[in-house]
This record gives sequence, C-alpha cells and structure tokens, in this order.
Amino acid sequence: MLHVQDVSKSYGGSAVLKQIAFSVRRGEFFGILGPNGSGKSTLLKLISGVEKPDAGRLVLEGKPLSAYTPKQLSRILAVLLQEPLPDVGFTVREVVEMGRYPYQNWLGEEKGPSGALVDAILEKLDLTHLQHRSLQYLSGGERQRVALGKVMAQEPRLLLLDEPTTYLDIGYQVQMMDLIMNWRRQTGLTVVAVLHDLNLASIYCDRMLVIRDGTVRAIGTPAEVIGSDLIREVYGARAIVVEHPALRLPQIMLQQGRDAHGSFETND
Amino acid sequence: MSGKLALWGGAGAALLLISVIVSLSLGSAQLPLAHVWGILWHQLPMVGDWVRADWPLSSETIILEVRLPRVLLAILTGACLALAGAGFQGVLRNPLADPYTLGVASGAAVGASFIILFGLQAALFGVWTIPVVAFVTGIVSLILVLRLANIHGKLQLETLILSGVVVQAFLGSLVSFMVSLSDRVVNEIVFWLMGSLAMRGWSFAYLLIPFLTAGFAVLLIFARTLNLLALGERQAEHLGVRVTRTRLVVLVASTFMTAAAVSVAGTIGFVGLVVPHLVRLAAGPDHRLLIPLSALFGGIYLLWADTLARMALSPAEIPLGVVTAFLGAPFFAYLLRKNKKMARA
Repeated sequence: MLHVQDVSKSYGGSAVLKQIAFSVRRGEFFGILGPNGSGKSTLLKLISGVEKPDAGRLVLEGKPLSAYTPKQLSRILAVLLQEPLPDVGFTVREVVEMGRYPYQNWLGEEKGPSGALVDAILEKLDLTHLQHRSLQYLSGGERQRVALGKVMAQEPRLLLLDEPTTYLDIGYQVQMMDLIMNWRRQTGLTVVAVLHDLNLASIYCDRMLVIRDGTVRAIGTPAEVIGSDLIREVYGARAIVVEHPALRLPQIMLQQGRDAHGSFETND
Repeated sequence: MSGKLALWGGAGAALLLISVIVSLSLGSAQLPLAHVWGILWHQLPMVGDWVRADWPLSSETIILEVRLPRVLLAILTGACLALAGAGFQGVLRNPLADPYTLGVASGAAVGASFIILFGLQAALFGVWTIPVVAFVTGIVSLILVLRLANIHGKLQLETLILSGVVVQAFLGSLVSFMVSLSDRVVNEIVFWLMGSLAMRGWSFAYLLIPFLTAGFAVLLIFARTLNLLALGERQAEHLGVRVTRTRLVVLVASTFMTAAAVSVAGTIGFVGLVVPHLVRLAAGPDHRLLIPLSALFGGIYLLWADTLARMALSPAEIPLGVVTAFLGAPFFAYLLRKNKKMARA
C-alpha cells in the first residue's frame, strides 16, 4: 500500500526526519508514536503529500506520491485532523458533502449520485437527526464525528489520522476509534495513525513505529515494541508494562519521575 | 441550495427592478412612476410597442440619457465592490476584509490619480488605461499589505486590518501630494476621489461590464473551493484543493474588480464589507449563494446610496463615498466588536 523509502526532511537547516524507512500493508492499522518534537507530525505531512521530502521517496499503490495530482491523491488518501472543525455556519450535511469535492468537476457535478452515500454515512455516525443543524451548535464529540463523516465521504483507501482524539474525553475517544475500526472492517481500509496515547495505540494498532529525534527506534507489533526500556529510552519516563487483563495486550502504568535518591532520571 | 438561490435571487431581482424604477423617477424633475415604467418598457425589442408613448419627449431624454446610465453604473459598481469584498473575505478567512479596509482601493486610486494628474488617460491602452494602471497599483498595495501582516506565516485578523490602515495612510498621502502638485485638475481628482457617479454617461458602464463579468465568473467557479477553505487551510488541502493557487486567483480577481470600480467611481468604502455580511445573515455562508447574491444586493445597495447622495441635499450632491462610509463605518465597528466577543468566548 505505502512504502516510505529513506525519507529525510529538514527545516531551516535542522534535520527533522533522518532516513525513515518502513512499509504499510494493505488493510493494516499502523501506528506512529513518539514524544513531542520527534518528527511524527512532519512524517504525516509527507505521507499526506502536503510537503515534499528533501531526500528519499514515498510510494503509494505502486506509484510515487509526487506523481499524483492533489485531486487524484485525495480520492485515495484522506486525513482526519486533530483540530476540531471551526465555528462555521455550514450544516452537518453540507460539511459531509464537501468530502465529495475530489470527485466533482469544476461545475460541482459528480458522475453518479452521491446522496445515498451521504445518507448512509450520516446514519452510520448517528448524525441523521443533526444533519440540518449548523456546525457551530454542535459539541466537540459531535463535531469530530462530522469531520469523520467528511473523510468517509472521500471514500479513501488509506486513512491518515493525526491524533484524532486529542481534544475528546475518554468516552468519545473510544467511540471515535470504534467508529474507525468498524469502517475499516467493512471496507478493508488501511489506516496510518499518529497517536499520543500508548495504551490506545496498543489496543488498536496491528503494528507500530516509534520515532525519536527523527529516526526509527522500534517497529513491530505492540507486544514486540512496548516495553519499559523503550519507554525510558524514548520518552524519558519510568513505566511498568502490564498485560491488559481482557485483551492480552501490553498496557503501561506510569510512575513518578523521581527515583529513590530524589533526583530526576533522564534518558541521557 | 438551489431552492434558496431561487428564493433570494427572485426576491433580489424584484427588489432591484423596483429600485431602478423608483430611483429613475426621483430627481430635480419628478417623473411619475408610470412614465418611467412605460419609457423602459418601450425600449424593449418586440414587446416595446405594447405601450403607447403618452409622455413628453423631455422625460424620455432625462430617463435614458441622464438617469439610466447613472443607475446602471451604480448597480455595476456596487456589484463589483460587493463581489470583491466577498472574495477577499472568503480567501483570507477574515470577516473584516474589504477592498477599502485592505488598502486595495487606495492603491488603485494612486494609479488612477497619477494618470488623471498627468493627463495620460488615453496614453497606454485607450479607455482601458485608468483601469489597467489602477489594477497594477492595486495589486502592488495588496502585496504590500499581505507582506506586512504576515507574521510567522500567519495572517492575524487585526494585524491584517492594521496593515491595511498603514498602507492606506501612506497611499493617501501620495494622492494628496499629487493633488497639491497641480491647481488646474484639483477639483477633478478630489471629486473623483471622494467617490461619485455623476456625469459619467454610458461609456463608463460599458467599461465596467467586462471586468464584472470576468471577476464574477472566476469567483463563481471558485465558490465550492472557498467553502472548503472556510473549514481551514489544511482541511481544504487534504480534499485536493490547491490552496496557494486558489488564493492567488481569487485575490487577483477581487483586485481586478476593485480596480475597475475605483477607476470609474473613485474610492467608495465599505460596500464590500456591508453587503456580503447582510447576505450571509440572510442566506448562510455557502459561497455558491453568497457570490451571486452579493453581486445582486451590492448593486441594490449602491443604487440606493447613490440615490441618497443625489437627493438628500438636492440640488447639491453629497459625494457617494461619504454616504457609504457614513453607513458602513458604524457597521464595521459593530463587526469588530462582535468578532472580538466571539474570539473571547
């Protein structure tokens, strides 16, 4: 599906990504994790095509990313951002319909009718009763569902998630992730997600990539990757890794940063 | 969407027609509405002969040669300015943007005054000289304002308007300097600067039509793209919008229409601010509605402003720019406060 081949990127002389390489298989849920400033957001920008790598290349469905036009790309690849949709006067239905933009010609016409598709998406996301309501009157959780609806209307084969649950409380976080998992089951969607929360990542990812200072530190299944040594090395935090009692997946439990001697532990 | 467009478009068209008839009848010589209607109808091909010409010939001359060109010019200028405002607001995502507040109108005025001052009206491109030069200086001042307002790659709402004020003050002094250079043409430039549609005749209306048509077509094509942009630049980018190109095209088209309007009518402020906002309040934020309706209601708005300008102190005329600023500046203050409140909430 996606091959990232020795990609590097720097801003103003300082290297943000150094020769990153990995591949994502079709239908996989692939997580990208790392501390703040590790370069994971930059990596996502490169994969989404809005920024170009300085060196290396990205191959999507057998074709270099740079060979796609923006519209072609947005028919294959959609991005769900962490920032909530702004306070605009558009209705829920209008925003979901905006997801059809890549399929419309310059007159705004589409080859086939898309009304039924939009209806089905609204139904699936429990937004039907809100469809004529303006975005500015929705709660944060509802708004993020609308953002997901817009992305679903794009009918992508690859979904990029940029910490989509950052501004949601835990109830909505799980709801959001479950909606995405459901969608994935039904369409065979591939997901590449930048995630903040290691526990959430462990539950949902098939494989994950951990980066720090722009280089790959670990790649593999959550069980292979998540360990207290790695967490100390990458995040500089002390953690105990336990097994999730129901799911048999690693979960971390944080400890206070001070060790017995009262000094802060760092990873250096 | 199309139902809404039919509703508001129909209402707007009816209002425009009534406004034209009423405005045509008003003036130093009051003409009965029935005569106005009859004279206009009489001009139509095919069905024109259905009415009998029972009005004095002088009425027909006043309507067709004096008042109608002015009314038409007011409508076209209003449409240009309102469209430019809708374009600037949409693409900069700034509710306070307008040809006047962005300094684009002043930029266009510098170029136009320069041409008038040195009597170069027909030197370069015939009748197109003033609009073309006004367009170039308008674009330059827009670039200046955007450069000035762009801090760390972000356009802040207030910074943009502040930059507009700074550039406007500078350009205003340039124009004043040009005015002071020559005694002979002082009145011409000063009157033109304050905005007026008096004594313009048909040729000016013809001049505006291509600018308006081209600008309107461009904005209409980009209406859906502007809708996506309203959700944020990144959102739009991920839907396949070429954001930079959209910005460039819409800014140029809006400046193009501003320059045309300034060339024929001087600096008429706040039309591009007031009209799109009122349309948005009534019909919502969808640019596919906002753009055609702004053109329509911009025409109506400026027609009435101009009618007020020539009627209020008749036979003396108030400059049109004075009338629109008188109505528009308080509205600007209201919007500023409203946006401040929303930002805090």
